[in-house]
Amino acid sequence: MTQWAIHSAWLIPALPAAAAVIGLLLWRLIPGGPAVPAIAGSAASLVMAVLVLAEVERSPGQVHQSSVFWTPTGGIPLAIGTRIDGLAAVIAVMVGVVALLVQIYSTAYMAGDRRYSVYAAEVSLFTAAMLLVVVASDLFELLIGWEVMGLCSYLLIGHYWQSEGARAAAVKAFITTRIGDTGFLFGIFVLGVGTHSFEIGRVVADPAALGHSTITAGALLLLAGVVGKSAQFPLHVWLPDAMAGPTPISALIHAATMVAAGIYAVARVYPVFLAAPVALTVLGIVACITMLGAALAALADDDLKRVLAWSTVSQLAYMAGGLAVGGWTAGIYHLLTHAAFKALLFLAAGSVLRSVGTNLMSEMGGLRTRLPVTFVTALVGAAALAGLPPFAGAFSKDGILAAAHARGGALGNAVYVVGLVTVFVTAAYVTRLVARTFFGSYRGALPHVHESPLVMTVPLVVLAFFAIALGLPLLAHSYGISRWLDAPAGSRPLEVSVGSVLLTGAIALCGVAGVALLHRRRPAEDPVLVLGRYARPLAKAFWVDEFYDRTLVRPTRALARSVLNIDRRGVDATVVGTGTATTLLGSALRRAQNGNVQAYASGLVVGVLAIVVAVSLAVAR
Amino acid sequence: MHLSLALAVSALLFGIGVYGLLARRNAIAVLMAVELMLNAANLDLVAFDAWWRDQLHAGQSFALFVVVIAAAEVGVGLAIVLAVFRLRETVAVDSLTELADRDPVRAGGDVDAADEVAVGQ
Repeated sequence: MTQWAIHSAWLIPALPAAAAVIGLLLWRLIPGGPAVPAIAGSAASLVMAVLVLAEVERSPGQVHQSSVFWTPTGGIPLAIGTRIDGLAAVIAVMVGVVALLVQIYSTAYMAGDRRYSVYAAEVSLFTAAMLLVVVASDLFELLIGWEVMGLCSYLLIGHYWQSEGARAAAVKAFITTRIGDTGFLFGIFVLGVGTHSFEIGRVVADPAALGHSTITAGALLLLAGVVGKSAQFPLHVWLPDAMAGPTPISALIHAATMVAAGIYAVARVYPVFLAAPVALTVLGIVACITMLGAALAALADDDLKRVLAWSTVSQLAYMAGGLAVGGWTAGIYHLLTHAAFKALLFLAAGSVLRSVGTNLMSEMGGLRTRLPVTFVTALVGAAALAGLPPFAGAFSKDGILAAAHARGGALGNAVYVVGLVTVFVTAAYVTRLVARTFFGSYRGALPHVHESPLVMTVPLVVLAFFAIALGLPLLAHSYGISRWLDAPAGSRPLEVSVGSVLLTGAIALCGVAGVALLHRRRPAEDPVLVLGRYARPLAKAFWVDEFYDRTLVRPTRALARSVLNIDRRGVDATVVGTGTATTLLGSALRRAQNGNVQAYASGLVVGVLAIVVAVSLAVAR
Repeated sequence: MHLSLALAVSALLFGIGVYGLLARRNAIAVLMAVELMLNAANLDLVAFDAWWRDQLHAGQSFALFVVVIAAAEVGVGLAIVLAVFRLRETVAVDSLTELADRDPVRAGGDVDAADEVAVGQ
């Protein structure tokens, strides 16, 4: 009975999945409505995850794998099962916490929504899919969760399907991530065929034995999926648009599921990436570009949720950069802290949006007195995002930078320098966000702005607690996050020194102070205007969307139109023309059948005479 | 009696029959024309039977069959003509054109409507 929870770890994804089915089909029978199975499913899953973590804690360094083989088709066997180690257990708890809080928060945020039951079931399914990715023991099992997440993100982003923008954003998210997923699928093929097994344990056991080219190809293909899912350049364009969905969904997507899955997948098969330095270099370059670019884009956007979305892209790039330089533990640590403070910031943003009825920061301002709980918790989240010690983000971000510095070389130094610059930009846009939303005077039109109900503020407080607490245990080296996470061999341990924390903290403070001064001088004006004409490329996110529109979307549309024309004028015209010709011929022949019997008989007589004459002539000859 | 005489009479009868079939408007007259044609054929059968001195008298047997069948046919035909007369109060063949296949588009209506007209009358 000692490892009861680990043997039952399959319940972690199964419970929310069951909650989704029950919530969708049977919610009318449940007293309390669709919220009850949704919350119960997440809560039960969280309890299971915590039990599993407690048992993993007792046996550190062990990997608990149990799987059942299915489809014995003769090829490479496919297994379905669970692979529990420190990483999986910790991430499962993280997903469980965020999902539960999002479900609770949604009961108030989505109150009165006609499609709430569908929404709650989709959130449950989303959670289940992410948890399946987390505990999967087989790459194909992981892929199932991965793809179901893609579907759920499509459904949830398009929740408000009556709006054109939400539909377009949903399709964009689906197609963009699907481009990467194709690579991911083929990466799984390469690794699976190479090792004759899709089991993660077998794949990561000795990746170097696969041969240099196979492992590099496999890692690069997996990377394509990771870049799509975790919204890294050049497939980052879907994430800011995904803000068209309900805000709690943004919190879920940005903190615990979907984008975290990409980073998690890299961490899960990290030995494969360690054996393929080329893939790690590519990941590092992508991370550098995304880190700074997204932070700059966040600096100029006026939409509160889009600023947060760009910051997610930027922070994910930190994690990717950390993994690229070997800072495995630091990257996962940042994934955890980011989950806490980004979920907090999004839920706080949801609270603000619900109160003021707009996404635009130019119509907010001065909300700190009207939304006190939201303000204080958002401040905690913002400080954690900006990297101000002692909040969680500071230590995890610093761990990544320390790993990059320790690695050295061109890649390590690039990640280190770009990371430091991004710390400054991050602090600047976070300060701008807080100042524009909560300070100054209210610029909107609503006469009364009230704090959100308790159901929405309590999750904020819980997440604020995590955003602070996740930073604390690190100070004591013996009991840190790295004790739970069993880092793979070859990765760098998490090192956080007081000096480097002070350095990044000072840089962050510079960013905060700069924007704060600008805002103090002109409280009504957007601080980004100080950049003058350089603000425009930032607000346009360096025209990447426009570039894709010109080079990909429009040519594809033109091609589709020409194919449609060929179909209409060629294929359709042939089919319809056959019908028309037959009808015309029929109406010509129809004239003969005029109903006059004597006319028919005349034809008969003439025909017989003709035959007689013809036969006579033939016989006579 | 020479065969050609019988054949000439037969041809004449048949010609009259064809004329009646194609030209007369009265359905009873058309039936009578058909009878003329049948009997022209009968005359041929009998004449050739005699000419070839057939031991089995196949021609005469056939003629008898034709007579019987023609009687039955006239019975049925006249019954139809009577029924038509009761329904339409006319037996003019050229006005009984309900079975014509009219162009549904040019007739200005759909097929169902055309069917209803046919049934209703």
